[in-house]
Parts: sequence; C-alpha cells; structure tokens
Amino acid sequence: MADYKALEDLVIQVRRDILRQVHKVNSGHPGGSLGCAEFFVALYNELMDRKENFTMDGIGEDLFFLSNGHISPVFYSVLARAGYFPVEELRTFRHINSRLQGHPTTHEGLPGIRIASGSLGQGISVAIGAAQAKKLNNDKHIIYALCGDGELQEGQNWEAIMYAAGNNVDNLIVTVDLNGQQIDGSTENVLPMGNLKAKFEAFGWEVLEIEKGNDLSAIISGMKKAKDKTGNGKPICVLLHTIMGHGVDFMMHTHDWHGKAPNDAQLETGLLQNSATLGDY
Amino acid sequence: MKKYTDTGKKDTRSGFGDGLTELGKKNKNVVALCADLTGSLKMDEFKENHPERFFQVGIAEANMIGMAAGMTIGGKIPFTGTFANFSTGRVYDQIRQSVAYSGKNVKICASHAGVTLGEDGATHQILEDIGLMKMLPGMTVINTCDYNQTKAATIAIADFEGPVYLRFGRPKVANFTPENQNFQIGKAVHLQEGSDVTIIATGHLVWEALQAAETLNENGITADVINIHTIKPLDDEAILRSVKKTGCVVTAEEHNFLGGLGESVARVLSTQHPAPQEFVATQDTFGESGTPEQLMDKYGLNASAIVNAVQKVIARK
Repeated sequence: MADYKALEDLVIQVRRDILRQVHKVNSGHPGGSLGCAEFFVALYNELMDRKENFTMDGIGEDLFFLSNGHISPVFYSVLARAGYFPVEELRTFRHINSRLQGHPTTHEGLPGIRIASGSLGQGISVAIGAAQAKKLNNDKHIIYALCGDGELQEGQNWEAIMYAAGNNVDNLIVTVDLNGQQIDGSTENVLPMGNLKAKFEAFGWEVLEIEKGNDLSAIISGMKKAKDKTGNGKPICVLLHTIMGHGVDFMMHTHDWHGKAPNDAQLETGLLQNSATLGDY
Repeated sequence: MKKYTDTGKKDTRSGFGDGLTELGKKNKNVVALCADLTGSLKMDEFKENHPERFFQVGIAEANMIGMAAGMTIGGKIPFTGTFANFSTGRVYDQIRQSVAYSGKNVKICASHAGVTLGEDGATHQILEDIGLMKMLPGMTVINTCDYNQTKAATIAIADFEGPVYLRFGRPKVANFTPENQNFQIGKAVHLQEGSDVTIIATGHLVWEALQAAETLNENGITADVINIHTIKPLDDEAILRSVKKTGCVVTAEEHNFLGGLGESVARVLSTQHPAPQEFVATQDTFGESGTPEQLMDKYGLNASAIVNAVQKVIARK
C-alpha cells in the first residue's frame, strides 16, 4: 500500500522545485511540468522497479523515456529527489555549464537520462527500440514513456504506434499527457486530433484512461492496471487526463504558462499555495 | 607504378550485405533494421540467419532511427538499412537528436548514394548526404570504394563505439582492394606514388582516380593517389604529407562540391598548407535518370574529368 502522505508531500515539493527552477532562470516550461508532477512522483516512487545506481543499459530494471522533453523541470526534480543526482544541482537548471540543459540530454552525462528529447515526436520510437532490446535480452522489465498530446501531431509517432502494435511490443506502456493545450492554444483549436482512444485502438493498442490524472491514487491504480495488461501481445496506451499548471491556481486550465516563467510576485503566490515539505534546495 | 586489377565487378551494397552476414555470426549484439528495402540492401541472408535480430520496420524511416537509438540502450549494435536519401535527409532531426546528440552507437548504412543509382532519377540520387552527416558533431562518415572495402568497413564499424554513417552504392563496379583487408577508420589508403599532383578520391571515384593516374602517367605526369574512405574524421596528415610533396590537389567524389570531401580537404589545406585545388564533384545540381555511366560522364565524375582537373590544377601551381 502506497504511503500517500509521503507521496503528496513529495508532489508539493516537486511543484516548488519546478517553480523555483524556471523562476531563477526566467525561462522553461512550468505548465506541463506541474500537470505531470503527480504522474512522475507515482512513476518513480511507486510504479517503476528501479535499481539504485544508474547505468545506461538499464538491464534488470524498468526504464522511462520522456518524449516531451520541455517538461524537464518536473523530470529533473523527481530524478534528483529519487537520488539520481544532488538536489542542489537543480539550481543550475538552464544555466551555462550545467548538466540540466533546457531539454534533457545524455550529452552532459546526467544520471537518469537515457536519451535526448525536446524535438518532439521521437520518444515512442526510442521506447520501442528499448523494449525490443529488453526482449532480446530476456529482461522481463517494462518500458514506460510519456508524450504530450499536442506532440501526437508529429507524424513519426504514428509510424511508431503502427509498428508497436504490428510487432506485439507488449512490454511498453506509453502515457499521453492529455491536457488539451499546446503553445498556440488548445489542441482543439490548433489541430484537432479527434478521438485519441479510438485512434490508438484502431492501430491495435490496448487503451486505458485515467480521468483524474492529478490524483495520486487514480494514477497508481490506473497504471497498475496498465502494467497488468502487459505481456498480452499488445502495447498499452494510458490516456492521462491532466490539468496543465495543476497546483498553482493562476497557472491552471490555460496554455499561457506552457513556456513562461513566473515573476517574483507570481513565484511567491505559487509557493504560498505549496508550503515546503521536504525542504527547498 | 602500382598495378591494380579489377577482380570482377561487384556492387558495394553486396559488400555491406556480406559483411553484415559475417557480423551476424560473430557478434550476437548486432541487430539489423530495414525500411522495406531488404533485397536492395542485400540484408536477406542476415534476416534468414537471425530472424529474431532482424527488424522490418516498414516504410517508416524516422521510427527506424528512433528504434535503433533505443536498442543501443539495451547494449545492442543496430545497423539500419535504407537508401542514402532516406537514411539522411528524410531523418536528419531523428539522427541529430536521438543518435548524434544522444551519443548512441547506431550504424546508419546507406545504399544507392549518388547519381550511380541511375534510372530512378533525382528523387533518389542524394548528393548532399556526406555534407549533412559530417556536420553532425560526433558522427563518423565513411564512403567505401568497392565490394571488398565495404565488406571490411561493415565489419569494422561494429567494433567501433559511436554513431557511424556508412555510404555505399548500387552499381557493379571494379573490385580492386584486397580481400579481408584491415579496415582502419580514419586512415587514408595511399594507392599510388607520384610527385606532380595529389588525387584524393572517395567512393566510386577511387577507381576512376586510378584510371586517371594511368592516363596521366602515359603523358609524363605522376600522381599521388589517396583513397579517403573516412571523410570524418579526416586523415589530415596523409593529405598534408602528399600535398607538401606535389603542391596541388584534385579531389574527386560522387557528391555535391558543397559539403563534400573536397571542402573538408580545402579546410585542411587552407589552414595548414595552402595549395591549388580542383573539385571533381557535382556542381550544386540535382541528378536525373540515365545509366550510371551516362550520368558519371554527364556530371563530370569519371577518369577523364579527373584528368582534365589535373591539367587545370597543375597549370595553377
């Protein structure tokens, strides 16, 4: 049984880390990061079977790939707080000579990162490759991936989605961050994607929905159901309904905070809504 | 003058296919991915021998490159196979982010490069791929000249850690380099001794350079002939040693003069030993349909074009 109090505290601390990272450097992507804080916390602290020490090959453990690399603030915070690198290093986010680049990369050797992402649409393909390598290695662990909903407008995703179903890549769980927003507005206004559940199903995927994508218990039970469905010949898609900017009232339900940092007063407001739990870096 | 003998015309892509077959037997981490061109890339035997290590991705090159990057994470050594055009331009951003910037051990193997693809025409005849690939930080770029060398290179790159672009072609061409040669990445091969001019060639143009050297020799001009199979990293030393001796250079490649081997050689010379240079290459143009021979002739990519360039460059000394 998950220790929900501890996970909730971690979520709040992660929100603070996100706000403070982007505020300090006056750039970065808080909206999508906040929307996925609960998902990342659940994934790294409750769902994934992870090894203590990071190795690139990840043999004998579950792996995660972030396709929508711009939500790096949440990724970095959760990785640091899971012990992959010192929490203090979050101070260097987007600064010169940092391992915490604007978008995640292996280039500077940051533990926890296995592929560069940022240019959208590439993560599912990479995850499929890693999943096929797991099968070749007789490694029964799972590959998790996260992509944005707007990101699904990139054509490469659909090559990958077709491949995974056609080749029974059933050790793969792709979660779609369904917040309905992208840089220029709502996904509905920018480029409507229609019924994503029906689309994934038509491609041959098993699809689950988590309606409360910012609720830890809903995420954990939904993702466990997804995990139970692996190994049955089909790749798994989880449609995670999230609220962009979740946990900071003025950032919620809008695309305005996709790639904009809060000013001093806004930071203060955001932090007041999320009192420190584990201690700031 | 050294004598080189064509032991029987063969296509370089078959060198790749046979090299891959050999690799499949000796290295269980080698996996192959193909985008619906298994026969054209001569990957059938690998596929038959190791169906579990062969991944048919369909006509979906972007996904193929991404998958290959992902496979390296589990310790695999992926060889992707499709035409040069679809191996580079079509998937440039995938290679840039998921392979080169991520530092992944992917071998991008590209057939049907250049105009010698022939009748399919310009849509398939990429003449810009060397430039695209050499500009990527950390990418090794190799363009082999014949069957034996392509086979040796295919085997050699599996033991090299890092992303590699291996370029070869479709037509049957002279096979003249040694069988089972020791292929050294980044090491130029000195083919002919001469003192009047240096001819630096890559790919299908290496044989043409040897033919040109013979013709020149009959006219009293001796050429130093260098086979540059690795365009990046470039063997600067071999180039400088030769040009310091001869005082001028002709570069020859089945590629646009912008972005190709010639420009890389020019960079070395302009910074370390300026010397007159002529470029045997396509002149910022697309190709067209025709037989390989007709196209090599029309676009000035053969022995006679090299001879003309040599005469021009010697006059500029």
